[in-house]
Amino acid sequence: MAGYFVRRLVETLLLLLVMSFLIYGLIGLMPGDPIDLMVSADPNLTAADALRLKALQGLDVPLPERYWRWLSATLSGDLGYSRLYARPVLEVLGPRLLNTLLLMGTSLILALVIAVPAGIVAALDPRGPVDNTINLLAFAGFSMPSFWLGLLLIILFSVQLGWLPAGGSASIGESGLLDRLRYLILPVLTLTLLTAGTFIRFVRAAMLEALREDFIRTARVKGLSTTAVVIRHALPHTALAMITITALHVGSLFSGALVVETIFAYLGMGKLIYDAILGNDYNLALVALLLATLVTLVANLVADLAYGWLDPRIDYGG
Amino acid sequence: MEIGSRVLGDEIDELEPVPGRLRMMLRATVHCRHRLAPGLNPPEKLGNRRAMPHVGAVMTISSEAERLSMGRSWYPTILAFAVALLLAGGGNAGPDRLTIGMTQYPSTLNPNIDSMAAKSYVLGFTHRPFTQFDADWSLRCYLCTELPSLEAGTAEIVERDDGTQGVRTTYTIDPQARWGDGTPVTTDDVAFTLEVGKHPDTGVSNAEMYRRIVDLEIVDDKTFIFEDEKLGFQYDAINDFRLLPAHLERPVFEADPKTYRNRTLFDTDPTNPGLALGPYRIASLDSGGFIALERNPEWWGEPPAFDEIVIRTIENTAALEANLLSGEIDMVEGSLGLSLDQAIAFDARHGDRFQVFYKPGLIYEHIDFNLDNPILADLRVRQALIQGIDREALSQQLFGGRQAVAQTFVNPLDWVYTPDVLTYHEDLDEAGALLDAAGWTEWRDGIRHNAAGEALRLTLMTTAGNRSRELVQQVLQSMWQRIGVDVRIQNEPARVFFGETMRQRRFPALAMYAWISSPENVPRTTLHSQEIPSADNSWTGQNTPGFRNARMDELIDEIEITLDRDERAPLWHELQRIYATELPVLPLYYRADPHIWPLWLEGVEPTGHLAPASLGVESWRVRDDG
Repeated sequence: MAGYFVRRLVETLLLLLVMSFLIYGLIGLMPGDPIDLMVSADPNLTAADALRLKALQGLDVPLPERYWRWLSATLSGDLGYSRLYARPVLEVLGPRLLNTLLLMGTSLILALVIAVPAGIVAALDPRGPVDNTINLLAFAGFSMPSFWLGLLLIILFSVQLGWLPAGGSASIGESGLLDRLRYLILPVLTLTLLTAGTFIRFVRAAMLEALREDFIRTARVKGLSTTAVVIRHALPHTALAMITITALHVGSLFSGALVVETIFAYLGMGKLIYDAILGNDYNLALVALLLATLVTLVANLVADLAYGWLDPRIDYGG
Repeated sequence: MEIGSRVLGDEIDELEPVPGRLRMMLRATVHCRHRLAPGLNPPEKLGNRRAMPHVGAVMTISSEAERLSMGRSWYPTILAFAVALLLAGGGNAGPDRLTIGMTQYPSTLNPNIDSMAAKSYVLGFTHRPFTQFDADWSLRCYLCTELPSLEAGTAEIVERDDGTQGVRTTYTIDPQARWGDGTPVTTDDVAFTLEVGKHPDTGVSNAEMYRRIVDLEIVDDKTFIFEDEKLGFQYDAINDFRLLPAHLERPVFEADPKTYRNRTLFDTDPTNPGLALGPYRIASLDSGGFIALERNPEWWGEPPAFDEIVIRTIENTAALEANLLSGEIDMVEGSLGLSLDQAIAFDARHGDRFQVFYKPGLIYEHIDFNLDNPILADLRVRQALIQGIDREALSQQLFGGRQAVAQTFVNPLDWVYTPDVLTYHEDLDEAGALLDAAGWTEWRDGIRHNAAGEALRLTLMTTAGNRSRELVQQVLQSMWQRIGVDVRIQNEPARVFFGETMRQRRFPALAMYAWISSPENVPRTTLHSQEIPSADNSWTGQNTPGFRNARMDELIDEIEITLDRDERAPLWHELQRIYATELPVLPLYYRADPHIWPLWLEGVEPTGHLAPASLGVESWRVRDDG
C-alpha cells in the first residue's frame, strides 16, 4: 500500500509539471496579449509605450523563457501577482477557494443525500410507478440548463417571495454563518438539483446490478428482509460506483460552477479561472488550474484507496 | 441586521405589543414581506428612512402571530424562528444607503494605472480630477480654482527651440482640498504624480499626457505651472492628470518603481482614508464582488446625501435585472449595465417601479471599411452599401428609436457638429445603380458578380457574444441581400477581435464596433494617414480603415492648434463634409446608455461621454416626495 501511495504521489507531481507547461503554453498561444488590447483601446499609446509595457510585464521574451521564469519563481515559493486583481495570487485565491469548497462541498453532500435513497428506492421497483417518477425527476434535474434554473429560483425566491438574496456571497459588513447560509441557499439548490439527477441514475444502475448478483439471491434465500439485504449486502457494492462518480465529480468543482457563480454573482473559483484565462492573467490562471488539477488527482487517489478499504480483494500491486 | 430591518423593527414596536421572542421573527417576516411587496408604490419615507406600506405590515404580523399562537408544540416555533432568522437581513437598506449594480469590477483602483469604465465610475465617488468635462459637456475645474486662460494671463504661449509652440498653464489647487486623512493637497502631490507618470517603469496608462508635460514649476504650496510641449485648443484641460497622495505613495514608489503597480496602496490598502480625495472613501471591499463607500469626513465640498454607497458587481445582465427587481440593488449604471434592448423591455414591464433614462452620448457605433480591399476601395460600392440599408428602421425596430442615426462621427450634441453634410438614406434604386456603375452588374443566385466572375461577397465581423451587435448584423445582412451583396458573418471574442484582428487590420472587409470619446475630440488617431496601424509603427494608431486624405490630414493638424472657437468651427465643418463624402466608415448610430434608477432618487446626471456620472454624486438625493 505504501509503495502504491508513493508511486501515485510521484505520478501526481509529474502530471502537475506537465500540466503547468501545457496550460502556460495554451494561454500564451491565445491571440491578443494584455498590452495589445491596451494599444487597441488607447489612441495615445505609442509603439515605444507598447514595447516598454510589454517589457515591464515580461511579455517581451519567448514563451519557453517566460515559463521557465515562472516555474523558477513558483518553486521558490513566489506565486507572483495577479494582473487582473493587482494583488498576490494567494491572496486572491484563498477566499475564492473557500467559497467554492463551501458551495460545491455542500451541494455535493446534499446531492448524495438525495441521490442514494432515491436511487435505491427506484432500483427496488424497476419500471414501477416510483421508479418512473424518480427517473422523470432525475432526467428533469440534469436536463435543465443551470443558468435557466438559477434565474428561475432567483425570480421565485428573491423577486416574487423576497425570501432570499438574489446574489452575492455575504451581506456587506456581516461575517456570521447564518448570513453566509442565506446567500448559499439558492446556488446550492441549483447545483444540488442538477447534480442529484445524475447521481440518482448512477445509484439506480449500480443498485440494479447489485440486486442481480448471486450473493444477493443467497441473502434473500436465507430469509433476510429486503431492508437488510439492501443495507448490508447491496449498498457496499453500490458504494464503489458512487465513489468513482463522486471522485470524478470533484474535478468539476472548479469549472462546473462557472455558470452558477456568474448568475448568483458568487465569488468562487470557476469564475476566477475563466476571468484569469480571458484576461491573460498567467499567474492566477496557472495556479488556479493547477490547484484544480491537484484536487482532482487527490480525489481520485482517495477513491482508489477507498476501493481497497471497501473491497479487500482489490490488490494495489505491491 | 441591516438598516432596513432595524427601521422596520422600530415600526413593529410602535404597532402592537408582541411577546419579545416572537418580535424578532416578526421583524424578519415584515422585512421579507416588504421586499417582496412588488410594491408597486414607492416606499414611503419616514423622516430620513424608508418604510413599507403599513397595511401590509399589519396584515403580515397578525396572520403570522395567529398561526404561531395556534401551534401547541415548541418544535414548529423553534423551526420557524430559525427559518425566519435565516431569511432575515440582506437586501436594500433604504436611502441612507444606495446600492448600485454594474457588470464590471475595476482591476485596480490606482487612478493612473489601467483605464477602464468601472474604475472611472468608482473614482468618481472617491477621487477628483483637476479638470474634466461635466454633464453639460463644458470643461470645469474640480480640484483647481479656475481654468487657465490666455486672456486672463494664466496661460502663456511659448516658442520652443524646434520652432513649434508650447504652452505654460498655471493651476491653483483648491485651498480647502485635503486627502481623506486630513493632509492638505499640495504641489508636492503634483510633483510626485508627475514623477510617477513620467517614470518609464511604472506603466501608467496615460503616458502620452505625462510625456507632453516637459516642465513643472512649483510656485508655492498650492500653485504650479505646467509646460506642455504642444499648444492645442484644449490647453486648459489636464483631465488625465490624476493626483496621487505623495505622503502615502512616495515610499511605496521609491522602494521599487518597477513593481509600484503591484504595491500601490490603492490596491494593497484600499481602505486607507488618506487615499480619498472625493465625497466618499472606501470602507470595505470584496475583490470582484463589491465596493462599499462611506462619507469622507474630510470632503471640503457640498456634502453628499447618502451615508453609504455600495457598488456591486453582477456580470450577468439577466441576474442584474433580477437583483434590481428583488431590491438587492437600487439602480444600474448605464454604461455598465443592461443593454439597450434589455432596458427597453425592462422599461415596458417595470416602468412604473423604476425610472429608465436613456442618455444619448458620444459612443459612436459604426462599420469600418477596409479600404485596402479592392471592392471597398471603390467609393461607389461604399455609397451603395450605405444606401442599401435602412438605418432609421433598424434603430426604430431594434432600439425603439432611442439611438439616433449617425451621418458622421460627430454627435449632434457636440457644438462642432454640422448638419450641412452629404446625408444618406435608404435608396435601393440608387444603390443598385452605383453597383452597376462599379461593374457589379451580373446577377447569379441572387448575388452580384463582376465581369471577371467574382461575386460581390463581403465579410462582416464584430465581437462575438454582443447580443445587440449580432442582431444588427443579421438585419444588415438581409438588407444588403436585397441589392445583391452577399455578406458573410464572422465574429470573434472581443480580445481576439480588438487585440489582433482590428489592431493589425486583419479584417477582410467590414468590422462593426464603437468608439467613445470626449466632446470636441480631434480624430487624429482614427483618420490621420500617419495613424494607420502597420508593422512599422508596431501596430499603433487607430486608423483601421486605412484612410488617406491629404486635406483631412491638414484639417486635423490645423484644428488642433486653432485656439479660437469661431475659427475652428468651419474647419470642423469641412472635416465632417469630407468624412460624409468619402465614407471611410459606415456610420450607424450614436448609442444611448440606459440608466435605471429607483423612483425615489433624483439628481443623477449621466454625462454621455467618458466622464462618469458619479463625479456629480453631491447632487444625488432622495426626492422630497419619495
